[in-house]
Amino acid sequence: MTTTTTAGPAAARRRRRGDVQGSGRLAATLLSPTFIVLALVVGYPVISAFRESLYQRGQGLDAQGFVVQGDKFVGLRNYTDIFTGPNSDAFWNAFWNTTFFTVVTVVLETVLGVAMALVMHRAFRGRGLVRASILVPWAIPTVVSGLLWRWVFQADGVANAIIGKQVLWTTEGFHAKLAVIIADTWKTAPFVGLLVLAGLQVIPREVHEAARVDGAGAWHSFWRITLPMVKPVLLVAVLFRLLDVLRMFDLPAVLIGLHKDSVETLTMIAYDEATNLRYGPAAAYATILFVYVAVVAYTFVKLLGADIIGDMRQTRASRPARPKRKPLAAAREVAA
Amino acid sequence: MTAAVTPAPRRRPGTWRRTTGRVLTHVGVVVVVLYCLAPFYWMVVSAFRRPDDQFDNAPLPSQWSVRNFSAVFKPGVGFGRALLNSVVVAGFTTAITLIVGTVTAYALARLRFRFKNAVLGMVIATSMFPGISLIIPLLKLFSDIGWINTYQAMILPTLSFALPLAVWNLTAFFRQMPFELEQAAMVDGCTRGEAFRKIIIPLAAPGVFTTAILTFIAAWNEFIIALSMVNKKEMQTATVSISKFTGAYGFDQPFGTQMAAGVIVTVPLVIIVLIFQRRIIAGLSAGGVK
Repeated sequence: MTTTTTAGPAAARRRRRGDVQGSGRLAATLLSPTFIVLALVVGYPVISAFRESLYQRGQGLDAQGFVVQGDKFVGLRNYTDIFTGPNSDAFWNAFWNTTFFTVVTVVLETVLGVAMALVMHRAFRGRGLVRASILVPWAIPTVVSGLLWRWVFQADGVANAIIGKQVLWTTEGFHAKLAVIIADTWKTAPFVGLLVLAGLQVIPREVHEAARVDGAGAWHSFWRITLPMVKPVLLVAVLFRLLDVLRMFDLPAVLIGLHKDSVETLTMIAYDEATNLRYGPAAAYATILFVYVAVVAYTFVKLLGADIIGDMRQTRASRPARPKRKPLAAAREVAA
Repeated sequence: MTAAVTPAPRRRPGTWRRTTGRVLTHVGVVVVVLYCLAPFYWMVVSAFRRPDDQFDNAPLPSQWSVRNFSAVFKPGVGFGRALLNSVVVAGFTTAITLIVGTVTAYALARLRFRFKNAVLGMVIATSMFPGISLIIPLLKLFSDIGWINTYQAMILPTLSFALPLAVWNLTAFFRQMPFELEQAAMVDGCTRGEAFRKIIIPLAAPGVFTTAILTFIAAWNEFIIALSMVNKKEMQTATVSISKFTGAYGFDQPFGTQMAAGVIVTVPLVIIVLIFQRRIIAGLSAGGVK
């Protein structure tokens, strides 16, 4: 706020909609605070984590039980240890857990989210109520929702009362995975629904009417019109969910607990190493997760063409956001 | 779904197909509301049970009680302090984020410059980095400089996801405002800075406010940073404190107390969310982030 313009008022007055002169410098001035902060809290740590992952702590404790200073450079040994060392089982377990959670929860959340969005879009009575209630799972802190589900899933809890069986949900085993999946889906499917609803609302009513006139059934018009038209929004929502589940920590840690093989994720294993002061291996785990997330994001964006920047994109020709012509044209083709 | 039966003649309301459609929608509404609220309801109900019939699965407490709530605020638990810590961390994070983010968002929304798409992409990409890869080096750094158990050790890493989120939302809001206003102000002799202060900021107030709520909620709900950077009870935030509640009888998990604490942490958020639901939904959809 304190960074006022660097150019004089005369120059500013002359600038018009396009204002090219001086704009770059002003932009740089205005952008710099954010970039300085992000460089400090994101850029530095990421690079430093990579550096750290190439080191191992010295011999640990000295005779008095104090930590001996001095890390030694070990090259890629932390990585080779993780992939093939004696503890590689733990890594691969965490890797598959993370991947499994990601695939299953994202699929469930997408399906449920789209279903919720369709319901909300059609509802006229009770619309306010649905919207209000859909924000509740989103607003609850993940930790609290983890505890809440732990309470629901405990041995003589309400979940077992409903299904009439005695499942020890929060002990090791597939049911623990299931518990995490249910809890995560509960919390985030409504959020996906909310985003998809926003996408549904920009579809003009006429498109669906035209399709109905042409004899398209509800199912047909959902697959051929609704889904393609919300696809951009949906892809962004799915991408955010993907990246969020890949770094999952709070929910399994609180719902099931740390050091549980069934639900240990990559973040949990890295956190565990770090709290045991094994910063080198911890940083290696974190770097692997980082690369994994980056690869997934890149693949997703490239393969499916998720446009995250979307309307904010600066087009070369004109200033205003792209008109929503593309999806409309596509829908017209289908309807025609 | 029932389409194939009749081709449903247009413009005649109340056909069979429409009625089923409406019924299905109503059922859907009920299902969605139950889905979202039932677990939350269970938390509230469980919080109000007496500790003696905590494990009762009746839909309503046989006898309402606030003993779980008084247990939360017992002197040894330190939950009041934890709430205060959460307010400090989330509050400072929100304030810093808004001050820094507003300026950047203004540039991203209102100026034309090269590499803008790259800048947007970078901002959004940073919010996707897995938290743990930032926490580990920072944890080591903060240990070295003696920042463990300080507020700044929690606030700074929280900025890593709060700031991109805020910049993104604010950019979306700034873009919605007509450019003519600012130009008119500049034609009338305002500098760009004055136009920003006197025209844009007041107009953007609702957007800034919404972003503040979203940022605050995100920071308030944060867990792993606060868990890593603090090992002293007095500095724990509310989320960490709840997760570490210990029962009166050793290994028993004090579910009742935890549910009560969960209600205390969550209900203010839920109330804020319900009051500002339109704005929040607009903000979430515009930003599309988290």
